Amino acid sequence: MSKTGIRAKLHSMNLVFIVLGTVILLFIFVPPLKTIFSSSPGTLWNTLLETEVYSSILLTIYAALVATLVGLLLGVPLAYILARHEFRGKRFLEGLIDVPIVMPHSAVGIALLFVFGSRFLMGKFLNNIGIGFVDEVSAIVFAMMFVSVPFLIDSAKEGFKAVDVRLEKVARTLGASPWDSFFRVSLPLAWRSIFSGSVLMWARGFSEFGAVYIVAGHVPFFGYHPVAAPILVTELFESPGGLGAAQPVTVLLILICLVAFIVLRMVTSKRAKI
Amino acid sequence: MIAIKNLKVDLGDFLLQDINLDIESGEYFIILGPTGAGKTVLLEAIAGLHPVLEGRIWIDGREISRQSAEKRGIGIVYQDQVLFPHLTVEDNIAFGLKLRKCPRGEIKAKVDYMAEIVEIPHLLQRSPAMLSGGEKQKVALARALVIEPEVLLLDEPLSALDPETRERMQGELREMHRRVKVTIIHVTHDFEEAVALGHRVAVLNDGEIVQIGSPEDFLRHPSSEFVARFALSRNIFNGKIGDTEDGCTFVDIGGVRVMAITELRGEVRLSLRPEDILISKEPFQSTARNSFQGAITDIADRGSIVYITVTLPPDFMCLITRQAFEELGLRKGMRIWITFKASAIHVF
Repeated sequence: MSKTGIRAKLHSMNLVFIVLGTVILLFIFVPPLKTIFSSSPGTLWNTLLETEVYSSILLTIYAALVATLVGLLLGVPLAYILARHEFRGKRFLEGLIDVPIVMPHSAVGIALLFVFGSRFLMGKFLNNIGIGFVDEVSAIVFAMMFVSVPFLIDSAKEGFKAVDVRLEKVARTLGASPWDSFFRVSLPLAWRSIFSGSVLMWARGFSEFGAVYIVAGHVPFFGYHPVAAPILVTELFESPGGLGAAQPVTVLLILICLVAFIVLRMVTSKRAKI
Repeated sequence: MIAIKNLKVDLGDFLLQDINLDIESGEYFIILGPTGAGKTVLLEAIAGLHPVLEGRIWIDGREISRQSAEKRGIGIVYQDQVLFPHLTVEDNIAFGLKLRKCPRGEIKAKVDYMAEIVEIPHLLQRSPAMLSGGEKQKVALARALVIEPEVLLLDEPLSALDPETRERMQGELREMHRRVKVTIIHVTHDFEEAVALGHRVAVLNDGEIVQIGSPEDFLRHPSSEFVARFALSRNIFNGKIGDTEDGCTFVDIGGVRVMAITELRGEVRLSLRPEDILISKEPFQSTARNSFQGAITDIADRGSIVYITVTLPPDFMCLITRQAFEELGLRKGMRIWITFKASAIHVF
């Protein structure tokens, strides 16, 4: 396209769209950036050294990680089946998997209590094998997993779909069992999608407030009794210190999510090159 | 040898049935059919990649109908893009050997030997993304052959290549088959390719085999309108290369000497599209190098077009429009002139 072509278009519709786009971009960027830049590094550091804060952040990182690992173990096989097979009710199932994304998260918490609460069958079973639920780390893990696992399943499914099924067929004729062909061909070729889905899942779990708030308050965690980080922010906000008290922790959470986001971008941009 | 009896495969939206084939050990067997005829489904069923609903398959008397794909010892090469993109060329070829837990030295030796056979030793360290279409096909061939399969299945292996590479690969496939002596089942939609490579050809249409025979059988006795359309899409001749003159080569096709453009020597085949032949009542001046007189021995009316067989001998199948047919007032037995360019002849 010639330069004059671009300039001509700037005078018409594109100009309006650029202005509207800029408004929404500012709306997205300004609040987190202002929050970050109005805090001092010293305050951040001192905040991070508070027991209540670092135990909470570590708990949240840990719980989101466990949720993601369980999600990988249980979600990747499902994603593979959905990518490779056609069956009756498949579209319904795919819709069902995304339900957690649209459900109110406090409702998720309540729903989880109805299954895993100690009065209920599943809760009793878990209690018997030594996994407590309410006000335990496992409750946080379950809540995070519920709201975030669709991101991993969807992403892994797309990753598997992008692998030519004939590659698996060739592998089979070369002597690969279905297991061999999955671990030597499908999985290595889909791993970027699976990894970026995992980062998304982890970040989504890390950020979860509603569902976690319902199922777990202060939980025992390596000798501490922290709450999950998004809940800590709310508690600080509701304390006499208000906005000012909540700000440093808020900045720390934003920065952690930014790191996850950068990792995600690095992985996905490499995929584009291949 | 491979025997297939009453094979039936149902994929829900596609049905393959009544497939009966006997393929000799070491034979180069072609399955010819249009897109959607079920060629790939048939190959994949033989390879064990689709469950067999009815019927049985044997290799050398050993029944494999219910065996899983990895135990059948059948290699497959697809049309395009089917190298493992995350592995180097060397690791692609070594894939099957590593699964068999071969010792390292043996893997290296076999991979090097196969690379030598398909002439790609210089490409072993490359990534598949860095290869041309022809090179990719050679790697895919090497990868399938290195595990010494009893049968090699080729699914339109030349279709994704540019015409020049396709012609060269055709020769290399023939040469590879001569050296490795594996039984090959090759599916294609290209009649010329079938005639060039196949010892025998089976025509598949709509999930069923409609004719099996040598390439010559198809030209002389097409069993149905469908087969005839496939076969008549080209005039195919056996020929012997003669002298060269002004960049053109004389080729003796049993009766007449035609001018063609080729670098090939010795025994060859020629193909000429029926629509590339001009028909006239009188010889006329043109740049076309080939002009012959013959008698009309057959007229096949196909509505808006008409197929005319002109016997010199040999027979030339010509295609003209109904309008031209009527204007010239052509009749059986009439003597007419056929004219075609040297460049319209494809030598292979």
